[in-house]
Amino acid sequence: MADLVLTAEIQNKANELIENSLVKAGVATVLLIDGAGNVLANCGARGAEIDAISLAALAAASRGATAQIAKLIGEEDFSLLFHKGKNGNIHFGRLGSDLILVTIFTDEVSLGLVRCRVAELTQPILDIFEA
Amino acid sequence: MALIDLNKKEVHCKIVYYGPGRCGKTTNLLHIYATMNEQHRGKMLTIDTKGDRTLFFDLLPLNLGKISGFDIRIQLYTVPGQVMYEATRKLVLKGVDGLVFVADPLRVRQARNIESLEGLRQNLLEMHLNLDAMPVVLQYNKRDLVDTPIPTLTVAELDQDLNQTLKVPTFEAVATTGLGVFETLKEISKRTVTNVANKHLLSGRKP
Repeated sequence: MADLVLTAEIQNKANELIENSLVKAGVATVLLIDGAGNVLANCGARGAEIDAISLAALAAASRGATAQIAKLIGEEDFSLLFHKGKNGNIHFGRLGSDLILVTIFTDEVSLGLVRCRVAELTQPILDIFEA
Repeated sequence: MALIDLNKKEVHCKIVYYGPGRCGKTTNLLHIYATMNEQHRGKMLTIDTKGDRTLFFDLLPLNLGKISGFDIRIQLYTVPGQVMYEATRKLVLKGVDGLVFVADPLRVRQARNIESLEGLRQNLLEMHLNLDAMPVVLQYNKRDLVDTPIPTLTVAELDQDLNQTLKVPTFEAVATTGLGVFETLKEISKRTVTNVANKHLLSGRKP
């Protein structure tokens, strides 16, 4: 796992993609993080309200733990990691081997739409970070 | 892996406190959290503990000022020390930039220290990292027990067991009172940030 140098160009491109897709669809917050728990992008109207550092660390750990659980039962990984709350829901999407897209949304947005948008964003975001 | 954010001019590094169960890793973080000014530290995150044992990890984010105009942000993590939590330790080690190995001085824990350090070396190797090439410091904790009847290891014995190959700075500490805690943190922060800065921020500069 090499060090990651995040330029303004990379960050702006990633933010723009997320804003035009998931945020436009009505989700509250989207965090793009890496497997070590670093926050690479924080988008959405409620992005500033959350404790992004703690959420990123927990999300990275949760994603890693889930992948290990999958291996224990003979799966490579689980395709869906989602928690449903009373008022808010959270979806964790794996982008390649090192990036995770964390989406927080209310019941006004459907899980199916979030999953579609995350799937659409996967390759474009990977292209930005691999360029 | 460090994150260098050229847009916000921030450098993020991950330092992991590693060591056998009950050696005082969380106590180190708790002392730092309780002592540091709120301006320089974030919220301490502790995940579900059973009794006083860490089951997953603790996290304490710190702001350590500026280097070359970049804000230095450090995230301190602990791992669960108990042998059975190997998988969790590997998860927490992902992306590590610097390590503090906290050793338990109890004579009965001598083998546990050695086993834990060897486990660390193996876990890093699986991530293609070499312990000998990383920023590392050793902390010999619970030195207040030396003056009690409880059989403890001497510093020379701990050096012999843990630092023969590594040859890194060692710090005697009593994490419950804070003795040696900041000295350890200062040295590992300096080593970790210097390592990242040399690779990314200072490489293009003339001496």
